[in-house]
Amino acid sequence: MTAAATPAGKDAEGKATTTTLGRALNEGLRQAMRDEERVVLLGEDIASLGGVFRVTDGLAAEFGDRVVDTPLAESGIIGTAIGLALRGYRPVCEIQFDGFVYPAFDQIVSQLAKMRARSRGLLRLPVTIRIPVGGGIGAVEHHSESNEAYFCHTAGLRVVACGHPQDAYDMLRAAIACDDPVIFYEPKRRYWDRAEVDLGRPVDSGTLGRARVLREGSDVTVAAYGPTVAVALNAAEIAAAEGRSLEVLDLRSLSPLDATELRRSASKTGRVVVVHEAPVNVGLGAEIAATVMEHCFYDLEAPVERVGGYNVPYPPARAEGDYLPDLDRVLDAVDRVCAS
Amino acid sequence: MSTDSVAAAAPSHAGDVLQLVDPAGTLNEQTAAGMLDVTGELVRALYRDMVLGRRFDQEAYSLQRQGELGLWLMSLGQEAAQAGSIRALRDDDRVFPSYREHVAALCRGVPPTELLSQWRGSSHGSWDPERYHFHIYSLVLATQTLHAVGYAMGVRYDAGDGVVLAYFGDGASSQGDASEALNWAAVTSAPVVFFCQNNGWAISTPASKQYAAPLAERAKGFGLDAVSVDGNDVLAVYAATQRMAERVRAGGAPGLIEAHTYRMSGHSTSDDPRRYREDAELARWKAHDPVERVRLLLTARGWADEDYFATVASDAEELAVRTRRECRALPEPSLSDTFRNTLCEETEALRREREGFETFKESFL
Repeated sequence: MTAAATPAGKDAEGKATTTTLGRALNEGLRQAMRDEERVVLLGEDIASLGGVFRVTDGLAAEFGDRVVDTPLAESGIIGTAIGLALRGYRPVCEIQFDGFVYPAFDQIVSQLAKMRARSRGLLRLPVTIRIPVGGGIGAVEHHSESNEAYFCHTAGLRVVACGHPQDAYDMLRAAIACDDPVIFYEPKRRYWDRAEVDLGRPVDSGTLGRARVLREGSDVTVAAYGPTVAVALNAAEIAAAEGRSLEVLDLRSLSPLDATELRRSASKTGRVVVVHEAPVNVGLGAEIAATVMEHCFYDLEAPVERVGGYNVPYPPARAEGDYLPDLDRVLDAVDRVCAS
Repeated sequence: MSTDSVAAAAPSHAGDVLQLVDPAGTLNEQTAAGMLDVTGELVRALYRDMVLGRRFDQEAYSLQRQGELGLWLMSLGQEAAQAGSIRALRDDDRVFPSYREHVAALCRGVPPTELLSQWRGSSHGSWDPERYHFHIYSLVLATQTLHAVGYAMGVRYDAGDGVVLAYFGDGASSQGDASEALNWAAVTSAPVVFFCQNNGWAISTPASKQYAAPLAERAKGFGLDAVSVDGNDVLAVYAATQRMAERVRAGGAPGLIEAHTYRMSGHSTSDDPRRYREDAELARWKAHDPVERVRLLLTARGWADEDYFATVASDAEELAVRTRRECRALPEPSLSDTFRNTLCEETEALRREREGFETFKESFL
């Protein structure tokens, strides 16, 4: 991971800097821990190693026992985080890889998500669960999965996905400041993407619940999140050269969906392509398509197209190029909605 | 029914099982010496807790049979394990129960109707855990053991001197979360005491089919201190818990108490224990009734007379009458509240859905 090895070069005011998404997350954690001493980090190999992606690099040195190298037990990570939250702490859990979250599934969906409603609003569970998500890095099995639909289907959780270094910084701080449990997806193949990041921004809770238009367009809305945002932006660039104007919508918040922004964009363009890495079958794209259909039916010029993973287990790494939605598949879908 | 399952659930405990009062009500002065100052006041208080707890449980059972509760998890027979352990703690020590700790909850002041609310279908967990330092029930087995460890980590961060106690059962000890919690607590030296009420049966599965190594031995393997106690002996439970809690409070390693007790009713009002266990087993355990041996002790020592027992019985009846009355008066839950309490702030999506529900419902008025 080069993010950790590359110090975030700050300007004279210590604010604007060009850095990677991984480093922006690191800075977000650091700032959150400086702002609030009840923020504690729990995860496997996060202290001296700094996490397998080095997102927690250097934090143990600064914050000591607030960065906990846990036993290798995912249910334990979330279960103890619940207890810490009940004690008034704000735990931030790191799950090492997307495919390793399942041992903690009960603690997340049956305990963490429901405890507030169960207690009729008496309890707050400010727990953030960071999950490196998705494929594209040539990993072995269980290291490339997109499991957001499982968590979006559970009421009581907020589910978000960052796609840009600035959002990584802003959204992580907002997630930690949020009193609700937040599943925070980090697109692992974008950890090394660089962009200018303002590290001086105050916490903005709005970054959690709101979608963001990254590129204005008039012909087709391409709705993406996490790792596919860059694919969508790339597609828009190519399409523009071919005379087509794509609007790129970074959903950011997967649960709740920013239906307002989605409807606004869909009504404006009349054509929608949803891009995500998870299998299309019963995936988030289905919810997005249904939302657009329910609210924008008479504005639509074409059926909503979904581009995503096939309904098979995530394939061996050497076949993932065919599985992941790429530029060609997105542009192909754009062609289809424009042909209608 | 196999004979080995009967043997596993036999009331006699071989080896190092702490007992202070035998089923005949005789106090073992030698064992008690240095462990516990056994006073009439203490024994009377524990007796009262157990009698009230048993009467409450009986009333709840009746309410279920009369259709007032959807389900009830009976605590009959486990009064000593619960009263003895909870009374040995400080009132501000935090407790994470499973779902059968009605006696412990009553001791903490949780109102009877709030204990019934979940089983009546009025809520999923009624009382304020902060007020009673007693968390809401956990129905998925052993999940709360991890919550207890995390909470205890927070106590340690706060440099507090509180102890956290997690109740669980012999069936729950088979869950992965239980092993994770024991290991995690040991590694982090969290100020937590695990209290296993080994009542012999996990619904219809006997302890002999649940595990091979005694739980107390397993705990030692994780690096915890562990003791076995006669769970039907309220003074032994009280002494063991007090000793363990004070040791943990002083910074010692976390610990586990395995209380050997017996669930004299079924697992819940939905099962029929006659299908999986023999009457003879129940009869043997009835001779080890946790309430009766304390009554015998109080009488033998002259610490209580018939007037005292009559007063406690009268208080228990009063509790039962009040429980029945207030149970029927429990308010109906509001789905609108569930929308509002799903997240800390109702989102736009939740608000829209709630308003849709309310408008639809009102259209029938």
